[in-house]
Amino acid sequence: MEMTAFDAITNGRTADPDHRPWPRFSVDEGTWAKTADALRDGECCLLGYWGERERVNLALGTPNLSAICVLSLENVDRVFPSLAAAFPPAARLERTIREMNGLLAAGAADSRPWLNHGRWPQVPEASAPSALDPHDKYTFLPVEGESLHQIPVGPVHAGIIEPGHFRFTANGETVVRLEERLGYVHKGIEGLMAGAPLAKAAQLAGRVSGDSTVAYALAFARAVEAATETVVPERAHWLRALMAELERIANHLGDIGAICNDAAFAIMLAHCGILREQVLRATATTFGHRLMMDRIIPGGVACDLNGDGRAAIEALVARIRRKFPELVELYDNTTSLQDRTVATGILRPALAQRFACGGVIGRASGRTVDARRHPGYPPYDQLAFDVPSLIEGDVNARVWIRIREVEQSLALIEQILSRLPEGAIATDIRARAEAGAAHTEGLSLVEGFRGDILVWVRLRADGTVDRCHPRDPSWFQWPLLEAAIEGNIVADFPLCNKSFNCSYSGHDL
Amino acid sequence: MRKTLFRSIIQAPVTEAPPPADAAALAELAASVDAAALRRLGRSLAIREVDAGSCNGCELEIHALNNAFYDLERFGIRFVASPRHADVLLVTGPVTWNMREGLERTYAATPAPKWVVAVGDCGFDGGIFAGSYAVAGGVSAVVPVDLHIRGCPPTPTQLLRGLLALLNAAGQDR
Repeated sequence: MEMTAFDAITNGRTADPDHRPWPRFSVDEGTWAKTADALRDGECCLLGYWGERERVNLALGTPNLSAICVLSLENVDRVFPSLAAAFPPAARLERTIREMNGLLAAGAADSRPWLNHGRWPQVPEASAPSALDPHDKYTFLPVEGESLHQIPVGPVHAGIIEPGHFRFTANGETVVRLEERLGYVHKGIEGLMAGAPLAKAAQLAGRVSGDSTVAYALAFARAVEAATETVVPERAHWLRALMAELERIANHLGDIGAICNDAAFAIMLAHCGILREQVLRATATTFGHRLMMDRIIPGGVACDLNGDGRAAIEALVARIRRKFPELVELYDNTTSLQDRTVATGILRPALAQRFACGGVIGRASGRTVDARRHPGYPPYDQLAFDVPSLIEGDVNARVWIRIREVEQSLALIEQILSRLPEGAIATDIRARAEAGAAHTEGLSLVEGFRGDILVWVRLRADGTVDRCHPRDPSWFQWPLLEAAIEGNIVADFPLCNKSFNCSYSGHDL
Repeated sequence: MRKTLFRSIIQAPVTEAPPPADAAALAELAASVDAAALRRLGRSLAIREVDAGSCNGCELEIHALNNAFYDLERFGIRFVASPRHADVLLVTGPVTWNMREGLERTYAATPAPKWVVAVGDCGFDGGIFAGSYAVAGGVSAVVPVDLHIRGCPPTPTQLLRGLLALLNAAGQDR
């Protein structure tokens, strides 16, 4: 068998013994350069990229995520070779590494600040460059042409949405360039996690992006459990999946309604809104919190499913099974609505592939990766489900993927309820101090409703968090919105933006 | 499609009876709200929502106020697209340093009389994010706050009770 680029990078190396479940290798600059080439040529995909005081880490996967590893450049003295110079999807991450860790990616084309708007009274790490002058103007990319005009939008938007700035350059009604500026809701979550006890860090992880609180809590718990080699009771795995699928359904219902509403078809929002509310009421009955915050904890889950909860979820699934097909038919048969969604905001499959764009957006553009399948985690290996995909990459395709995923999640919930194993719902996180390792590191990849969430964590011997890096799927989706809107009319931006529904908070951290 | 539309017309509404106004909120408002000014607006409030750094959990529940179960508009309370049209700023999140100016300018752009409602535990005092280098604090660290609705996130019912208290403050003589 021919050796893949991934094999060529990793073969023959000795992995760090305290990193789980996938290996972490220390590499030299030569291998770093080879990795940049492999990313550029699409032979590997970028899963995460984050800095520490003197180290830069890169989570790397094969294109279908059949294999994953972390590569580290150690003892970095302020400067390291840029990946973005060869592979632009890494650009915003390198700009962030500079701000958070004071490490400069040499050779990068774009060295502008990203999350740092020059307003922080202190900087995240002692080695970081001093805060920017707040009066330094952020320079947007230049645009030239006689008939062009610019439309600045945000950070405070017209709707009930998160803050961010969009700089449109338009030729008449047609967008010729969109440039995003994000970072407005940067809360310094990684800084707050450093040194935090596990319980506090888990709560923070559940508030990286509130709409994905289940998925983030799960990703954090799985990373901690990997680091400590904790074996979670079987029932906990199944209850976690139950919560994750309920969260997926609630968010997809909200998005389907909101996308149609942005095409002025309000009745879909009204009906999807009713279904979404019924999901949240069922989760409140079952788990005691509408969004299920803090219900997944390292070691298991915080609450069990009782008879009332089971009945509430069974009634919910039956109701959605009855009502949802009518709404799907309404969407499918309303040509005036499809006139807005079909062929609008097309994301080319090649770009989705290049950015390793996950979730609905990736699957609507032919990238069929789903972390529940690859790399996979329990209990999904014991459950039957399809990963729907389309190739069109337009708003319509993103609506249809959401519709199909709601149906898949309903089927998953039915399987979980019928086969839920008995037993304990949580176990203690194994203390690693006696094992003698000063640090243990864990990595996880979990499929949220928006796509694959990566969490990397390093725990101290006393069980507190030394460093944690949660990577939102939006990092690899926001840049693609800029590409998808090109050539569309300004008035279609809300529709395109909603069909992407990237997280501001998850990205800004 | 026609069947769905027809049924929507003949079906009884799912909208539920409103919860009572929050007593604690009424007490907080009595101390800070100019009832005479609020009365001038009648039973109509225009809200501009401002996310000043939230995790977006509060936004989900604020959104829910517009669904058919809570139907905020039946009380004469509606969300508007510009602070120029607003009577109330509904502010979420710990206020991040990066959003501080955005919030200040939104407040300045809102014509008086105006009220600020801080939503969530983070809006109260920064919540779990308090103490970060990137967080300025709760909403009151940046603009004057008339009412706090706590919770992580507050449920739509809690939000509704707080907003109804604001509306009811208009009917009270002081």
